[in-house]
Amino acid sequence: MSATAWAWLVLLFPLLGSIVIGLGYRALPAKVAGLIGTAAIGLAFVCGIGALLSLLGEDPEARHHASSLWDYASVAGLDIKLGIFVDPLSVFMVLIVSGVSTLIHLYSYGYMQSDEGYHRFFSYLNFFVFSMLLLVLAGNFVLLIVGWAFVGFASYALISFWYRRETATRAGMKAFVINVVGDIGLVLAAFLIFRELGSFDYGTVFERAPEAFTTNEWTITAICLLLLVGAFAKSAQLPLHTWLPDAMEGPTPVSSLIHAATMVTAGVYLIARTHVLFELAPTAADIAAFTGLATLLVAATMALVMTDLKRAIAYSTMSQIGYMIMGVSIGAYSAGMFHLMTHAFFKALLFMAAGSIIAAMANDQNIDRMSGFGKAMRFTSFTFVCGALALAAFPGSSGFFSKDEILAYAGARGGMYLIFTVLGYVGALMTAVYSFRLVFRVLHGEPCNEAQELIETGHVAHEAPKNPATGEPEDTDVGFPGPEHHIAEQSAPMRVAMGALAFGALFAGLIQIPGVDDVVTKFLDPVWEGSPLAAIEPSTLADWEGLGIGGVIALLGIGIAYVLYVARPELPGKLESRLRPLHTLFANKWYFDEAIDFIVVRPALAIGRFANRVFERFVVDGLVTGTEGTVRGAGGVVRAVQNGFVRSYALLLIAGFAGLALYFLLSSS
Amino acid sequence: MEEVLFFVSALGALGGALGVIAMRNPFYSVLALIVHLFSLASLFLLLTSAFVAAAQVVVYAGAVMVLYVFVVAYVGGGGESAWEPIPGQRLLAPLLGIALFVELSIAVLSSSLLALGTDGPDVPAGFGDPAAIGRLLLEKFLVPFEAASILLLLAAVGAIVLASNRRENEEAR
Amino acid sequence: MTTEWFVVLSALLFATGAMGILIRRSPMVILLCLELMLNAGNLALVAFSRMVGNGQGQVFAVIVMVVAACEVVVGLGLIVAIFRRRLPLNVDDLRELRG
Repeated sequence: MSATAWAWLVLLFPLLGSIVIGLGYRALPAKVAGLIGTAAIGLAFVCGIGALLSLLGEDPEARHHASSLWDYASVAGLDIKLGIFVDPLSVFMVLIVSGVSTLIHLYSYGYMQSDEGYHRFFSYLNFFVFSMLLLVLAGNFVLLIVGWAFVGFASYALISFWYRRETATRAGMKAFVINVVGDIGLVLAAFLIFRELGSFDYGTVFERAPEAFTTNEWTITAICLLLLVGAFAKSAQLPLHTWLPDAMEGPTPVSSLIHAATMVTAGVYLIARTHVLFELAPTAADIAAFTGLATLLVAATMALVMTDLKRAIAYSTMSQIGYMIMGVSIGAYSAGMFHLMTHAFFKALLFMAAGSIIAAMANDQNIDRMSGFGKAMRFTSFTFVCGALALAAFPGSSGFFSKDEILAYAGARGGMYLIFTVLGYVGALMTAVYSFRLVFRVLHGEPCNEAQELIETGHVAHEAPKNPATGEPEDTDVGFPGPEHHIAEQSAPMRVAMGALAFGALFAGLIQIPGVDDVVTKFLDPVWEGSPLAAIEPSTLADWEGLGIGGVIALLGIGIAYVLYVARPELPGKLESRLRPLHTLFANKWYFDEAIDFIVVRPALAIGRFANRVFERFVVDGLVTGTEGTVRGAGGVVRAVQNGFVRSYALLLIAGFAGLALYFLLSSS
Repeated sequence: MEEVLFFVSALGALGGALGVIAMRNPFYSVLALIVHLFSLASLFLLLTSAFVAAAQVVVYAGAVMVLYVFVVAYVGGGGESAWEPIPGQRLLAPLLGIALFVELSIAVLSSSLLALGTDGPDVPAGFGDPAAIGRLLLEKFLVPFEAASILLLLAAVGAIVLASNRRENEEAR
Repeated sequence: MTTEWFVVLSALLFATGAMGILIRRSPMVILLCLELMLNAGNLALVAFSRMVGNGQGQVFAVIVMVVAACEVVVGLGLIVAIFRRRLPLNVDDLRELRG
């Protein structure tokens, strides 16, 4: 079968899974629904492999195919098709998305077992995977926007999955609104592209762009900046990042899938896909790179002081995506995509392990209350440590090879871009510190009550269910989390998923050892053909130098974390009191939420109130009431003629006759 | 001679008309109308329309007016109050009447229909005779003739229906 | 004694009848004024018939008389019905149909 046929199947299975589970939620028993969901994505992964094999069997230059099912609109110069584009980049994304999603579905099969909304969960999750696959397989900007919007919706549905929890619904709305801001940017960019280049199709656009634009012309810069708005909203970069920590209100598998591996990587994919446009607008690309760098650093500082386990990992995601955005903006396309892959593995794994620990804590997410789980939950701790090692770029782990490749490229590009290398290493140090902060705080030390209970009885702690953020009591009916909590040690599907990801987190880097093999780079090279930036390659020596520095920094960071949290536990408190203003700034998330509230939300509400009180009441209502009053008044006047007196009617009759006669007399004289 | 007759009849007609509209008692108005009808009949005679004059006297003054007399006797009739509920009616009515008359007179007197200023052509001897009218009715105007008879029938039926004793919702009188 | 005299007289009688309708309130008298107007029309018709020289106007006048008779019959029936129902015989008081 051809690659495009495999690609259509990739899209078909998740969509079918979503529809079948969604419509048959009454008929299907829970376990069957879970199996169908997982199998659907599994089949999509298999078809992705099929597409991969089909592509590998072709000449590297010929590995791009477009295929369309039907025309949406082919009038008046528009030519929009339901078309997909299969090339190494899209197949790469398909494999990552479907592969990690299959494992997460497997994990959810065990984790969400006692939830009343089990069917709904799998239906939404399948729909999400379908939308993400549509996004990466889209062959024209219109279908990209469709996939983009679907992904935003699926994210909203999944974040506010426990919909009776007010914090969850508010978080879902916040995520959706900020995503819509990104959508606007993307749509405007698409309009501009159509106006300048006359087509939405990827092939046509990327062919015509270099001829139609000179470098840094304002139109292409505007297009790229608008694309960046979309990318930043979706990938939670500054300043459109405030939705990501709140999105942790959703169930852990959701955080693992959407906010680690797939949706937030859509922005990275977008920039990589439209790299032709970005190379024509270096200013916009530089802006993107600096934003990525800023996000990287700011998020790392926030992760250093977060006390909510999931939110800390969320900020870590933001920071790592910053690396990726930085990478694809400065031209390290393959490196950025490779980091995307390894990040998907270890971040999803971290979230899964965190979910297991939170379940053991009866849904409490505060790390101040956690300790000693290393003894209570061996498997979970092991996988947690694997993920943390990869995140910190411990020598030999997958994160080690991927992150430093980006920084080495920045160094090779030289000039101003050395800033990225230097500050990137600073960020790497902070990453190592905060990741092992989590490890040492949660896993090390004397077991807390819940952990103690687990060690002694083997039962998971069971408190009355309540909202972890506000402490309100909840019941376990639909719209709230289920009554039971499932940890990895007691659930085989969860163990299988986490084990597979741990393997990937530890060993996936081996496919891209500099000087030895570069599977990913070779595979993705045809996509960046003709790009001057992609041609810059750091030498193997430079690569190993970078790796060496990275390894040293990682060990240094782990050492610092060890000192702060194991050897001298009184130090963090002292540091906090010495650097109190800094700590407050970090803990309050750099006051971004407050700033957005002040700049955007309050004026919008004020405008709304003005519109209601003044405009609506006086202008609109006034118009309507005024018209009504006028008509009524006129009616009243006319009504007075019908006074019921026959004689006055007769008078009018005769008067009319006299008038008519007068007219005829005058007109004939 | 004819002019004298004309003016006498004209005065009679006018006087009767004014009497109709001016008398308080409806009975007197009916009597004034009868005078008016007789004057009109003599005017018809002046116009050599013998049959119409006869019909006027026999049908109109004879039958229709008798009907009026019956009803006025049955109903009675009082005066009407002096207060006028419709503002301006008392003022406008005479004005309109005068306006109407003036306009119609102007229309007639300044008409370009020259025949209006003559006595009319010489007519044959049987002009206006019953025979002539009868011939016209039965030959040229047969359909209007028949229609008029149907109309009479309808009117008779209608009058019976209107004035009948409805037993259900009518008190015994 | 030309035709004009008759027609002007007819106009005068017609105007008188019209004025009467406007100022009198008793339905009886209004019907009488209606008769006035009809007769004025008849006079004009017969005058024109004489002017033209054929009898068509006279036939028209006869038919008008028939119509007048029918209308009087119905009108008087109405008055009798009103009187029977003890309603005031006053056109101003019978004014329920109004806006």
